Amino acid sequence: MAVNLTRVDQLDLRTRPARRRRDRIARWMFRSAAFTTFLVTLLIIGTLVFDAWDYLSALADTEDGLGSLFDIGWFPRRGIFDIGTLVVGTLIVTSIAMLVAVPLGLGAAIYLSEYANPRLRRLVKPIIEILAGIPSVVLGYFAISFINPNLVTKLFSGAHGAFTLAAAGIAVGVMTIPIIASVAEDALRAVPMALREASFGLGGKRSQTTFRVVFPAAISGIVAALILGISRAIGETMVVAIAAGATGGGLFSLDPLQPGQTMTAAMAALGFGSDQVAGDDLTFQSLYFIGLLLFFMTFALNFASDRLVARVREEY
Amino acid sequence: MALSTPASIGGATARSYTEGLTRKGSDVRGRVVEGALISTLAFSLLILLVLLVDLVRRAWPVLSDRPGAFLGGGLNSSDASRAGVWQGMRGTVTLAIIVVLVAVPLGIACAVYLEEYAGRSRFAKWTRINVRNLAGVPSIVYGLLGLAIFVKALDGINGNGRTVIAGGLALSALVLPIVIITASEALRAVPRGIREGALGVGATQWETIRSHVLPSAAPGILTGTMLSLARAAGEAAPVLLVGAITGLLRTGDQGVIDQLSGPFTAMPVVIFAYARQPGDDFREITAAASIVLLVLVLAMNGFAIWLRNRYERKW
Repeated sequence: MAVNLTRVDQLDLRTRPARRRRDRIARWMFRSAAFTTFLVTLLIIGTLVFDAWDYLSALADTEDGLGSLFDIGWFPRRGIFDIGTLVVGTLIVTSIAMLVAVPLGLGAAIYLSEYANPRLRRLVKPIIEILAGIPSVVLGYFAISFINPNLVTKLFSGAHGAFTLAAAGIAVGVMTIPIIASVAEDALRAVPMALREASFGLGGKRSQTTFRVVFPAAISGIVAALILGISRAIGETMVVAIAAGATGGGLFSLDPLQPGQTMTAAMAALGFGSDQVAGDDLTFQSLYFIGLLLFFMTFALNFASDRLVARVREEY
Repeated sequence: MALSTPASIGGATARSYTEGLTRKGSDVRGRVVEGALISTLAFSLLILLVLLVDLVRRAWPVLSDRPGAFLGGGLNSSDASRAGVWQGMRGTVTLAIIVVLVAVPLGIACAVYLEEYAGRSRFAKWTRINVRNLAGVPSIVYGLLGLAIFVKALDGINGNGRTVIAGGLALSALVLPIVIITASEALRAVPRGIREGALGVGATQWETIRSHVLPSAAPGILTGTMLSLARAAGEAAPVLLVGAITGLLRTGDQGVIDQLSGPFTAMPVVIFAYARQPGDDFREITAAASIVLLVLVLAMNGFAIWLRNRYERKW
């Protein structure tokens, strides 16, 4: 009995050329979309490095030379570019922000992960997401309309002004709470249940289990959350631009109860309003130098945080 | 009762043990710790409550007395009685449209490449690292990118580069990593079987992606798109650096082309402009404008969360 088999050639399986061409075009387009992300990175680094170099070489040609990077105070329109004033301002704001956000964010994360029942978790997590979604201009306004008059000037006798670094720092801290809370909670929940059960089985109380077993096991993720929080606080612009005061320039100040200038606020002040500094090239170019510094600071912190999170993922 | 038999010894042990665990005040430290933890959570939520109540309380005079004039008024940083949010809203909507046109397709395409084509290749690994790094770059740096690249490029074409297009491109670069990360997650959640089914009946990879993978991942991708739009609508720093107007913006009944190539402003920039003005009347205006922006951003976030819950599929 003869079986009638149609022979299928390899060539037949390769389908119509038009279909194959469409497939190739699609692949090529998806691939070039992926390349654009590298293009964005290259453009950012290129712009910053190129213009910061312009700035530094132009500054070196002025009377004071590069020494004006270390003058006291930040008054770009008068040619005083003390980068230290800005870095110290940023560090003060970031430290205050961390004083607010670390206890609140970590506490909320620990409670939600280890204590709260599932119903409360389902209720509270979206609310924390709302807190994360509040635009930073609104928090900046909250800093000058509520935090500064009702908290900072009432609690500290040294604060009188409408703008203080402390109020800006607290508002930045509020903004950082949800970031720290959600990353830390993920880290805590990634700790396997077996560790908790072993601790309970040995008679460990919930607080002992939480702080002696779960917390140490999640430590790299928690550190990652803190580093990410610091990086966000350093890069936050609008809160500081609204609430920290000194828009045009800033004296060197270590007092958080005084107005001050941070890296990001100085950039915002230089950048907005085309009428402000346009025409004075050197003043405007300093923007890119601060930007470069800011980029590398946050890049280093984000990279460290990223590595730590990856380590947690590998362990469990 | 004498503890003579093993049963009575066991019973007494169990009783005293239970008592020790359940007696009030047995674990004082544990209760203190729990109280401290719950108060940090409560305090965080309290801050949100205070913020919202404070805003509404301050904004109430404006929103109740002259809602029409406020919502319809333009940007005006010198006269509080004529200040409004109309131009800011229009700018923000235009920016959002540009982000939808630029960042969303680009981000989805990049995610498709990472999840469907590249897999575990070295190129994919580096792209992922790069995208995560871009997600952490401060927003003001994207403003510098917009200023140095997009504004300059548009300067060459148009003569005035400080336009809504440059702002929209800067925001697109800012939210691109968010679109990519959320779309990647949505694509990863689509089970292999769906792809294998399509490939098995002879579909090309492109046909599989177009008619099976993307439709299955659509709700997740849409959620990510809404989240990134909410982020773009709330960002002030990049648009400010690109040159959004903070003083007085004159736009009459301009055509679309004039609006796209002329000066612009956006909702968060309007709030920034008002917040910098001294005086109580501007405080009220700022609060009212903040409420308008909050409603907009929270509605988008809420829609995203609703979408996620509504269409969350268990495969």
